[in-house]
Amino acid sequence: MSRRASGLKAWVVQRVTAVYLALFGTYLALAFVFAPPADHAALVDWVTGPWVMLGLLVLIPVLLAHAWVGIRDLFMDYLQPIGARVLALSLVAFLFLASGLWAVQALIVARIA
Amino acid sequence: MTTNRPVFLDLWRIRLPVPGVVSILHRVSGVLMVLSIPVFTALFAQALSSPDGFAAAAAFVGNPLVKLVLLVMAWALLHHLFAGIRYLVIDLGWGVDRPTARKTAWSVLGGALFVTIVVGGMLL
Repeated sequence: MSRRASGLKAWVVQRVTAVYLALFGTYLALAFVFAPPADHAALVDWVTGPWVMLGLLVLIPVLLAHAWVGIRDLFMDYLQPIGARVLALSLVAFLFLASGLWAVQALIVARIA
Repeated sequence: MTTNRPVFLDLWRIRLPVPGVVSILHRVSGVLMVLSIPVFTALFAQALSSPDGFAAAAAFVGNPLVKLVLLVMAWALLHHLFAGIRYLVIDLGWGVDRPTARKTAWSVLGGALFVTIVVGGMLL
């Protein structure tokens, strides 16, 4: 990709991930508003069903990629000192990595328990 | 990059048109949700961990102060979703002209607030 189009990949990633988040996120929100799981067993049943589980496993990296492109844009606009920007982006990267792996772990443990 | 563009950054004197308000709120709502990622991850993991963990997570979410924060997060999600759909549609070339862009911006702004109040009334 040419230097002048260096932002194009992030632009495409942001839009493709947005479509998945809008669709699956709306499903999750509607399910939570109209049929919230009443107890632990109901939550585990719902979340570890084959389709919801797969949808959530896909959601985690897709959501983090979308959040990453967005927060990176913000730091590029508002955080000009390069040292501060690298530090902030590093913190966010580790926070996202830890959150994502934690959520995946919780899902898999609930599935095999 | 060197340009001679005029720069005006006096925040208290900048008057944004509605699409500008929707745009900055798109960013604000995105930042709110980024900040909430570790919190929601912890809640999700705790609720899934055991019946006791579920009860603890439910008690946390039932706290009135937490409910207020959740209402703000519901608005953030809805505004980000509606504004995001508007941007995708604009990317496709629809609603780019100024009168339409202003109308859709008002719809996003009002729609997100309206649905937040409706959902808040149902859940709180």
